[in-house]
Amino acid sequence: MKNSCLTIKNLFKEYDSGLLALKDIDIEVKQGDFFALLGPNGAGKSTILGIISSLVKKTSGNVTVFGMNIDKDFPVIKKNIGVVPQEFNFNQFEKVFDIISTQGGYFGIPRKLSEERAEKYLKLLGLWDKRDQTPRMLSGGMKRRLMIARALIHEPKLLILDEPTAGVDIELRRSMWKFLKEINEKGTTIILTTHYLEEAEYLCRNVAIIDRGQIIQNTSTSDLLRQLNAESFIFDAYENLSELPSIKGYKGRIINDNSFEVEVEKNKSLNTLFTKLTAQGIEISSMRNKTNRLEELFVSLVKPHEKKIEEDAE
Amino acid sequence: MSPREQWIAFFTIVVKEVKRFTRIWPQTLLPPAITIALYFIIFGTLIGTRIGSMSGFPYIEFVVPGLIMMSVITNSYGNVVSSFFGAKFQRSIEEVLVSPVPSHVLLFGYMIGGVIRGLAVGSIVTCMSLFFTDLHVHNVTVTIAIVFFTSVLFSLTGFINAMYANSFDDISIIPVFVLTPLTYLGGVFYSIEMLPKFWQGISMSNPILYMVNTFRYGFLGITDVNINWAFFMVISFCIILFFYSLYLLDHGKRLRT
Repeated sequence: MKNSCLTIKNLFKEYDSGLLALKDIDIEVKQGDFFALLGPNGAGKSTILGIISSLVKKTSGNVTVFGMNIDKDFPVIKKNIGVVPQEFNFNQFEKVFDIISTQGGYFGIPRKLSEERAEKYLKLLGLWDKRDQTPRMLSGGMKRRLMIARALIHEPKLLILDEPTAGVDIELRRSMWKFLKEINEKGTTIILTTHYLEEAEYLCRNVAIIDRGQIIQNTSTSDLLRQLNAESFIFDAYENLSELPSIKGYKGRIINDNSFEVEVEKNKSLNTLFTKLTAQGIEISSMRNKTNRLEELFVSLVKPHEKKIEEDAE
Repeated sequence: MSPREQWIAFFTIVVKEVKRFTRIWPQTLLPPAITIALYFIIFGTLIGTRIGSMSGFPYIEFVVPGLIMMSVITNSYGNVVSSFFGAKFQRSIEEVLVSPVPSHVLLFGYMIGGVIRGLAVGSIVTCMSLFFTDLHVHNVTVTIAIVFFTSVLFSLTGFINAMYANSFDDISIIPVFVLTPLTYLGGVFYSIEMLPKFWQGISMSNPILYMVNTFRYGFLGITDVNINWAFFMVISFCIILFFYSLYLLDHGKRLRT
């Protein structure tokens, strides 16, 4: 049984404006986990991360990190946490290398070691060539990587990332995923928020779905996906199709001359479907998932929750 | 953090601050040098020769300590207020807030950054004054001590201003509407002996008068105020403002939501 990295109990946050951003949040993240906080905009994801990183003050509740309470041991806790915020927060006039090495200084790392680590992480994240430039001269993706390098300078045991790949192109996103997987495999616990559900599905072992300040699902990614009752597939045929093939027992619709969509329920097999198609002489050239599976599930969980809140309000 | 780690963090902040104002020296070091040179030319050489002596000294000699102190005050204040508010505005202050740097180390770092800029500009102005007059130091200890504590005091004032500020307008209000009038009416250009009794009494409530006169005492040995009282007041203000700044930091005033 792994030790707890983060435990949140009965966490509430009410902003000065009166907005109740978090309502009785309970979360537990084990050491070594790769954990995702999913939710629509304004759900409270960044507020939770803000409280863990000390940028947001909680209203009530308990937060412990590596067994230490943030009310008593925040300085020690901070030494073990690296934070990658959602918005760029560099000094725009400082050089890339100085941003990283200075951050090391804030954690009490001697100058020489801090500079060695700055070189190491800038090279790992492909920013070494940009070390003498200012953040203003970097692309959005480079800025995101710079924030990751800055968060790693003190080699934290827990890395918190608030939408780390927002606005990053697909190729770069994949390389960042690979990098994050590698550091997680080396033992760093990672908590991230993301809008890209594919990201959570690919990276994370455990997921919490938050909506309007409440956790509506908190389980492993695989358990969550098991809750899907059906998946939609798109089939491309070699021949032109004038209408949807006869596939009794499956819901489907024609998309264009060569493609059709079929919803396959959990208790039905793809083999049977292929048998039916083969019997009609339809040869399939390719097939793919219609949408991200987690995305479907996310919508199916969040929508009823939002509806219930609206009904309660009325 | 261990004491050594705190020292590294403090040194990091100070180096960052010094790098900042030296990187933009045409905005930070050059303008005060030019402004003060103009003061020396106009008030010292052109008008000063017609004014004659002030408290027994040529006007240029009388005015130099006040002008040095004026540049120290405005630059100590200006450095901290612009740097800290800039960090708040760009949100780069979060780099420090998420780190384990204790509030007092953060405050000391910014304060010493302000003091170094104040003293750097004061030194430049002092060197420039040597082109216009000879400087004699009456009491080295008083001179150094008062300029240091004054610089500390205005660095802290700038820090508090930056903590409360929400916009760039908020950081220009105090220098324009409070600091400049108090400095100009603080005995930089005249002795309060020249004023009617009533205005002398009013002037005595201006804290900058005490700093300028104590500094002038260090150079010329003349003063309109009690030196011991001036030191007591300046050091007391430094302590009060330091703990108030610490209170604001610890409570995350306008830094944490």
